[in-house]
Amino acid sequence: MDSFSPIPALLGGALIGLASAVLWLGNGRIAGISGIFGQLLPPARTVVWRVVFLLALVLGTLAAAWLFPGLGVGGPGGKPADLVSAPAAWGISTPVWLAIAGVLTGFGTKIGNGCTSGHGVCGIARLSLRSFVAVGIFFSVAIVTVAVTGVV
Amino acid sequence: MSQTTRLPYLATAALSGLLFGAGLYVSQMVDPLKVLRFLDFGAVSTGGWDPSLAFVIVAAIGVMFVAIRIGRKRQAPAFDTAFNEPEFRRIDTPLVAGSVLFGIGWGMSGICPGPAISLIAFWPPDLLIFLLAMFVGSYAGALIIPSGRERRLAVAR
Repeated sequence: MDSFSPIPALLGGALIGLASAVLWLGNGRIAGISGIFGQLLPPARTVVWRVVFLLALVLGTLAAAWLFPGLGVGGPGGKPADLVSAPAAWGISTPVWLAIAGVLTGFGTKIGNGCTSGHGVCGIARLSLRSFVAVGIFFSVAIVTVAVTGVV
Repeated sequence: MSQTTRLPYLATAALSGLLFGAGLYVSQMVDPLKVLRFLDFGAVSTGGWDPSLAFVIVAAIGVMFVAIRIGRKRQAPAFDTAFNEPEFRRIDTPLVAGSVLFGIGWGMSGICPGPAISLIAFWPPDLLIFLLAMFVGSYAGALIIPSGRERRLAVAR
């Protein structure tokens, strides 16, 4: 359990909650990243704020990495941010593995109307039954997937 | 000029994005391997399990829960005319199937859409492949679900 980090986890989680609160009480929008990202595509009507939000998301990550170096991966003093390698037993190259995972993530969050932020944070906080179902399913399936694929 | 291109609206989106990105770095959910160490329940018995993700999501839900309560007492958010509260209610096939497929993708990579975007800050090898694939998947998904708010509501209620 050497990587368990409860204090940064609680503080970071509170920041994510605050970000969601700001977008909700300010603009009346759900801070669901898959939705904000997915609706950049045509026939999107409100593109500008989505682009602003996503750019700020990247900048916020970068700024925090410089302000609080060495918390984990990224920025000065941090370990390099690495993606997974495809498990050798599956005989698939890492780029193909990541491409499959990316398509499933994009497609699944689109038809399921949300991801860890939209359903997981905002939906649960709104006590939405759909979000409770979605979160229960994608957490369970992800846990089974990790066990089956042996990716870690 | 539409409501959503006014300066206060865009400034709010920018502030929210900055806080969200900072939260993903501070909580280390930007690290796919740390996310996978949470999802790896097989490591519970060996002591290698990392429960951090649960602390992140519980703290985030706690803050957002308060914000939702505050919002319920108001007619409208500060910079728009109404809250865009999702009105879908039905537990339908797309919700279930989509969550299953997302769960597989998330378990394979340890990357959900928020960290996928915020990882651009550190640009690890192969991130571009994941982002393009996510974009393609999202576009493909948009083609098979009914378009237009009214039509979607008609099926979802």
